[in-house]
Amino acid sequence: MPNPMFEMRLYLLQRLTAILMLPMVIGHLATIMYATRSELTAASILERTQSSPWLVVFYTGFVILVSIHAPLGLRKIMGEWLRVSPKLANRISVLLFLGFLGLGLRGVWALTGGTMS
Amino acid sequence: MSHLTVRIWRGADEGEFQDFSVPMRENQTVLDVVSEVQRTQDQSLSYRFACRVGVCGSCAMMVNGKPRWTCRTHIRSLKSSVVTIAPLRNMPRIKDLVTDMSGFIDKWGKAGNVFESQRDRGDAPALVDPSSPMRKVADAAIECINCGVCHAACDVVSWNDAYLGPAALNRAWSLVNDERHSGKKETMMAAMGDGGCGNCHSQGNCMAACPIGLSPTRSIAGLKKMSLMSLLGGSDA
Repeated sequence: MPNPMFEMRLYLLQRLTAILMLPMVIGHLATIMYATRSELTAASILERTQSSPWLVVFYTGFVILVSIHAPLGLRKIMGEWLRVSPKLANRISVLLFLGFLGLGLRGVWALTGGTMS
Repeated sequence: MSHLTVRIWRGADEGEFQDFSVPMRENQTVLDVVSEVQRTQDQSLSYRFACRVGVCGSCAMMVNGKPRWTCRTHIRSLKSSVVTIAPLRNMPRIKDLVTDMSGFIDKWGKAGNVFESQRDRGDAPALVDPSSPMRKVADAAIECINCGVCHAACDVVSWNDAYLGPAALNRAWSLVNDERHSGKKETMMAAMGDGGCGNCHSQGNCMAACPIGLSPTRSIAGLKKMSLMSLLGGSDA
């Protein structure tokens, strides 16, 4: 690694995202309970959630934090348990980051009224 | 007289367990048993020991799967009629119960273990208040004698070759809390680098295995906290 503190900065990033996500996970669970009170279909869930700009802000932040946090954890698991080389683990993690971010923001887009097709 | 079955690792990284039978005695340690096998049954058995009384730390081996000082482990306490004895985990094996500890020792250096001082012999001795918070923290970590038991107990060491391990990081922690140490920044940089404290999973195996009850887990947690604070503070150490 060019920067000897690279790993430590990622470590810091993962801990900070974890701290920020802790209350958001609770908010997310509450939203699930609220959104799935009755019928469990995309249309009925969106009917309850789509009108709230607050949820768009909340989930945009949540998606970004998850996209950073989860690949960092998976990167360590790949290295320690699956013996994936650091270079490959870095590349897979970047792909996971982009994947989580893309899929997550696509979901948030649906909250704004964008279609889910 | 009843007998004890002892399964002892023979060979290097490639090898197998060999069974021996030794008389069960009223008082015998695992080291006594290994010595008895070597003296009475197979003189080619290789193992290390020096003091026999828990001072030097050279007799550490895996006993029934756990790293222990064999001189301080009574057979009676194992409550088992079969005792399996293997060389310390996470180190290359040289022969039988003897491991190559050079990689373990090298990691101490990589963790910035060298004490640096700006003082010389003309200066008066440094006055360190034993009740100061920093000194208390250093004292809690400082009794380590490099036996390698915690290194053998650590799963992260077994997964990640670059990880410096609990003993080396515990040493780094005692140094950064030593107010006489002038190389704190260098020690901190080493301890929070790629193989450093951030790799620890806080499983606590090192703490559970330490024969003298030290807690490298706590030391590493201290290093993590210190390094996060220094990164958040905008500097690298």
